[in-house]
Amino acid sequence: MSAFLHTSLDVVEEKISAVGKSLGDQRELYLGLLYPTEDYKVYGYVTNSKVKFVIVVDSSNTSLRDNEIRSMFRKLHNSFTDVMCNPFHNPGDPIQSKAFDGIVSGMMVQTG
Amino acid sequence: ESVLAKPQHPLLHSQRFSASPCAGDQSLFTSLYTSLAQQLPREPMEWRRTYGRAPKMIHLEANFVQFKEELLPKEGNKALLTFPFLHIYWTDCCDTEVYKSLVKEDMLRWQNSLRAHGSADWVIIVVETNDNKKKNKTNILPRSSIVDKIRSDFCNKQNDRCVVLSDPLKDSSRSQESWNSLLLKLRTLLLMSFTKNLGRFEDDMRTLREKRTQPGWSFCEYFMVQEELAFVFEMLQQFEDALVQYDELDALFTQYVLNFGAGGNFGWSGLLLRRPIDMEKRDGIQRGEASLLDLRSYLFSRQCTLLIFLQRPWEVTQRALELLHNCVQELRLLEVSVLEGALDCWVFLSCLEVLHRIEGCCDQAQLAANCSHTVGLWAYATDKLKSLGELCGLVSEKEPTSEDLNRTVDLLAGLGDERPETVNSLQSPYKKLKEALSSVEAFERHYLELSHAAMEMYRAIGRLRSARLVGKSLAEFYMRKADPERAETFLQEALKSYVSEGWSLPVTHTRKQIAACQKLLGRTEDYLQTSALLAGDVNLTTEERKHFCQEILTFAGKSGDQSQKVTLSMGVFTQLTRLQFRPATASVHSGAVLQVELTLRCLMPVSVHIQQLAASIHFDLERGGTNGRSKGTQRQTNPGTVEFHQSNSSAGPPSSSAAGPPLELDEIQDRSPSDNSLNSTGVVCKNTHLVMRRHDSHSPPDTPNCVSPPAVAMKEGAQMLKVQDVTLEPGNNSIIFTAPSGQPGTYTLRQLYATVGQVQFVLPHIYPSVQYEVYSQEPQLTVEPLSEPLLAGLPQMVKFTLLTGHYTVKKGDALQLSNTDTMPILPSSSCTARISNPLVGESVLSIQSSEKVTSISLPPTPPYHTLEFHLEVLCLIPSGDERPANERLTNGEMSIDCPWSIYSTLLALTFYIPFKTKHSLLSAGNRKYIQVCVQNVSDVNFTLAEVKLTEKQHATLELQSLNTKTQQLLCSKHSVFCLWEVRWKDDLPSCLQCVFSADFSPLNQDISAFKPFHYQFQFERVTTLYSVRADILPPAGEQHCRSGLLCGLEVCITRLTEPAEGELAEDSKTDTDGLKTTKLMYEVADSSSNWAVCGKSSGMVSMPMAASATHKVQIEVMPLFAGHLPFPKIKVLKYLPHTAAVAIQPDPDSCVENDSLSLLDKALDDQGDTASIRSRGSVHSVGSGDQQQKGVAMPRLEPFSPGQVFNHSYTQQVLVLPATDDHIMEVNAT
Repeated sequence: MSAFLHTSLDVVEEKISAVGKSLGDQRELYLGLLYPTEDYKVYGYVTNSKVKFVIVVDSSNTSLRDNEIRSMFRKLHNSFTDVMCNPFHNPGDPIQSKAFDGIVSGMMVQTG
Repeated sequence: ESVLAKPQHPLLHSQRFSASPCAGDQSLFTSLYTSLAQQLPREPMEWRRTYGRAPKMIHLEANFVQFKEELLPKEGNKALLTFPFLHIYWTDCCDTEVYKSLVKEDMLRWQNSLRAHGSADWVIIVVETNDNKKKNKTNILPRSSIVDKIRSDFCNKQNDRCVVLSDPLKDSSRSQESWNSLLLKLRTLLLMSFTKNLGRFEDDMRTLREKRTQPGWSFCEYFMVQEELAFVFEMLQQFEDALVQYDELDALFTQYVLNFGAGGNFGWSGLLLRRPIDMEKRDGIQRGEASLLDLRSYLFSRQCTLLIFLQRPWEVTQRALELLHNCVQELRLLEVSVLEGALDCWVFLSCLEVLHRIEGCCDQAQLAANCSHTVGLWAYATDKLKSLGELCGLVSEKEPTSEDLNRTVDLLAGLGDERPETVNSLQSPYKKLKEALSSVEAFERHYLELSHAAMEMYRAIGRLRSARLVGKSLAEFYMRKADPERAETFLQEALKSYVSEGWSLPVTHTRKQIAACQKLLGRTEDYLQTSALLAGDVNLTTEERKHFCQEILTFAGKSGDQSQKVTLSMGVFTQLTRLQFRPATASVHSGAVLQVELTLRCLMPVSVHIQQLAASIHFDLERGGTNGRSKGTQRQTNPGTVEFHQSNSSAGPPSSSAAGPPLELDEIQDRSPSDNSLNSTGVVCKNTHLVMRRHDSHSPPDTPNCVSPPAVAMKEGAQMLKVQDVTLEPGNNSIIFTAPSGQPGTYTLRQLYATVGQVQFVLPHIYPSVQYEVYSQEPQLTVEPLSEPLLAGLPQMVKFTLLTGHYTVKKGDALQLSNTDTMPILPSSSCTARISNPLVGESVLSIQSSEKVTSISLPPTPPYHTLEFHLEVLCLIPSGDERPANERLTNGEMSIDCPWSIYSTLLALTFYIPFKTKHSLLSAGNRKYIQVCVQNVSDVNFTLAEVKLTEKQHATLELQSLNTKTQQLLCSKHSVFCLWEVRWKDDLPSCLQCVFSADFSPLNQDISAFKPFHYQFQFERVTTLYSVRADILPPAGEQHCRSGLLCGLEVCITRLTEPAEGELAEDSKTDTDGLKTTKLMYEVADSSSNWAVCGKSSGMVSMPMAASATHKVQIEVMPLFAGHLPFPKIKVLKYLPHTAAVAIQPDPDSCVENDSLSLLDKALDDQGDTASIRSRGSVHSVGSGDQQQKGVAMPRLEPFSPGQVFNHSYTQQVLVLPATDDHIMEVNAT
């Protein structure tokens, strides 16, 4: 599972570099489907400061379309930004924010 | 009437057509068919489409078929490909008779049957030839008449439905023109009909689709309908539109699968992409017998074909991967029971088939450049082959079992026979799979081939992580094949990348594999190191961790010889988190106790018994002497606690190792150069090069999770911190060492060892470096005042501090102080010494004083203690002149001999005299008074008592004290004045030598504390020689002086005493008349500008040297202001003429005197005193003459000593009235 995640970074990098060349700053943060496998679909998202988010969805879950994933990422990004804005948070430390946890587990429950 | 055969099947993609059944003259048509069929598609037509779709240019191609009534489509016909779009009636009839009798009837029949089938797309073509005309000359009607007849008979409003073709077989411009117009007409009508029918078809299709929720709706039926549309588009070369049809079908099918489910038995022969249309499958679909895989396969093969037409082969690969994943999911979703491995077969074959198809249409360079599109399929195929191999028992050392073989046979049977397309080719996915499953060796060959291909491709496109994942999978294969050697390289590579990127779970997983690998390889040391890492890995369960920990302990417990000892890196076993020195300064004198407390965080899941824990020490002789004192203070900055920030172990979260070095920030301020005002301020990071360093490009060097343990060099230091038999519990442990502190120097902790049986854990470098110091100190004696400043004349306490250092004060050791006269040491019996470190005790000092030496016996004191005692000393105040001006006394140099040194210590103390004294002589006529002023310059308040003044030489002299108090308070910074009247009997001696004495003590102390204070001074020429009396006389006739009017100043100088002996000799000369006279100079000077002196202001007087000799001088002065004006000052000076001065020794003061004279002259100048100018001139001329002759003899002015001249009118004032006619008031406001 985390091996998938790890390898999906390959694609993330590939996409980032491809996007960087063509569009410059005006890039879309959502990278789309990175890495389809038999069991999972891996979606990627990269913030402007190169923080990478990855969402892994069970392949059998057909209710999640591109748009839903995109909005999930946006939500995640917003919450992550809030965490980073916390002056007591040390960048690089594991995130220990109840609000962030809530958002993430909320998304998990929602998608079932 | 003849009919052309119609095609049985829709024509394939290479042809485009619209079917056009023909009626009428068959022979005529046959002659024209070829050129018609050729020329029809030559020109494109614009195709306007319904539903706002963009118009397209298309070429129409037609298939001509002879008209048969049964060929006309029935109601509800779904076939579009065989649909007759345009019905044509050919005729070359030019004879009216023939037309009327035969042709018209035939046409009518034809029209009726068309109408019966609802077809309104027809055209009648009339062919005219000159031959026909010539043949039937008689019955010839005008050409137009036949056409007109037909038109009037059949096309009642549609004249364009009848077309004339002239001389079609001739090559004339007329015939050409007629051909062209025919073709245009045909194309237009064809397209019209086509559009109309296609639109109707699409509408029907949509209606059908809408019914899909109704029972009995068949997807396969609908599939055929929409595919018909796709075929039409394909034939029109509108591949995009064709693809859309298939995509719609695909999506609909997915929906259908999800909503209803479909399935059934199926084979797993994989995709078949070699044929443009897999008719076999299509028939299956048509019959409604297709399985899900069949349908998917067929759909995909069609999509693939179209995409390749569209030159989009890379989309094929992407869609293929999606399709395969999707199918697997769908089958799972539908819970279709499939033979185990069947799906894998299907996927494997399909992957290879797609790859094969792509390879077939691209060249090598294109393929290489688009690896990124194909590599997914390669990897998928590799995966599937592997799981097939595992299923069939091919991934093992042994041959497959019979059960495995049965399974293989079943699987291969499901594949069916090989397709005819590939039967004869050497390589095909089918053959490959069959071969791969045939034997262990073949499987290995195929699997390796695929794996390496996938890895190569991943590497080529820079997806290194993916390549490593394939490698890892390959490693698992090798492990199953019991080939750990090959597996290890792949695993290590994968591990390295996981570690450097901080993925803890994959790290743990891979490490476990490596451990298994190393165990198989028998690499004990590596295995133990990995085990240690795993034992401390929190990602594993406690059971697993205990297992790995036990592996180490088991090895450690084995009794073996020395050579089997294994050294491992400590970081994985336990972490040094803190080191604490006691005392915290980490600096002790030699021999003292220094404890070091280590805090170790043990990462093991169970408690571990350690035989020995040791830290090796590097010893450095201290540089820069052995004075530990200064070093000791420097140490203060280094806290006694050192925290070790662990670059976290592999198991930890990745973020902490990525945290990097801390920021070093500095404030910068930009100030304007002109007025130094602040322009801007900011913060700069000083170590950007470290902070901004790329972390992902190289693994951080300090991570302890290196794959193999670092080469550990065990340095056997001579000195060590050692603890035996410690048990480390999981978590933090505190271990206390006692550090060696024998020799003075710097001790640096270098390495840490923990020995567990055969295993030794080593921390090769303790960083940040930890050191402690052992110093040796020379004994030091300091003497300092107990309180500043030391006052002279009073007993003062002085503090002696002895730091014993390394020296032991033995019994009998004594300090020898050389006595000085000015500063006696006051021995006291109750002198005690304090020995402290911090406090040991007190003991009595015995002090013996002899004439020259004071000896202080010291109590025995151990080394590195402080001995402190106080001693009372007194500094005598010297009376009189030798006293320094700044009231500071240094007691010379007292030397102290110490028992530990052959050199004497010189002791210098500075004392301050508490008082400053001044004396002065006061006169009143002949009476004399002596005043002494004592000023207290110290900070202490004193009491003065027994104030006395004595004269040493003259016994007859009486000094009568005018001081009323016997004791007087003299506060700090205040003064006390004392006064005595001098009384004498006969003569007042010209010289008085006085001694002032007083007792003083600090305030509020008893009588015994009083100390004497003496002050000697001397007066000379005390006697009053002259009295000066001045009087101001108002101008004549006035009662008072008035400002602005001259008045007279009368100065009367009177000699009071007979000349003394000394005086005669000194400065008198004998006049011609024998009377002894002395010359005086007087001078009227008004410093406050109240008076203007008119005329002479100074002059010389010869005074007879006899008592009561008087001299009066009249001087005119003018008051400048009104009021009570003080008298102008009158000075009397001794005038020493140059003749008299010959005898006098020249002294440097003479010049000064001369100066004062010239200053005086200057003042006189202002008043225009001609006499003074004269006198000055004479003085100067004489002086200069003398200077030329002798250089020493010149007239001098000498002031009298205080008391020699008494001025009666010193502070007298006179009333001056304002000028009478003053009507101007001058007001000065200042």
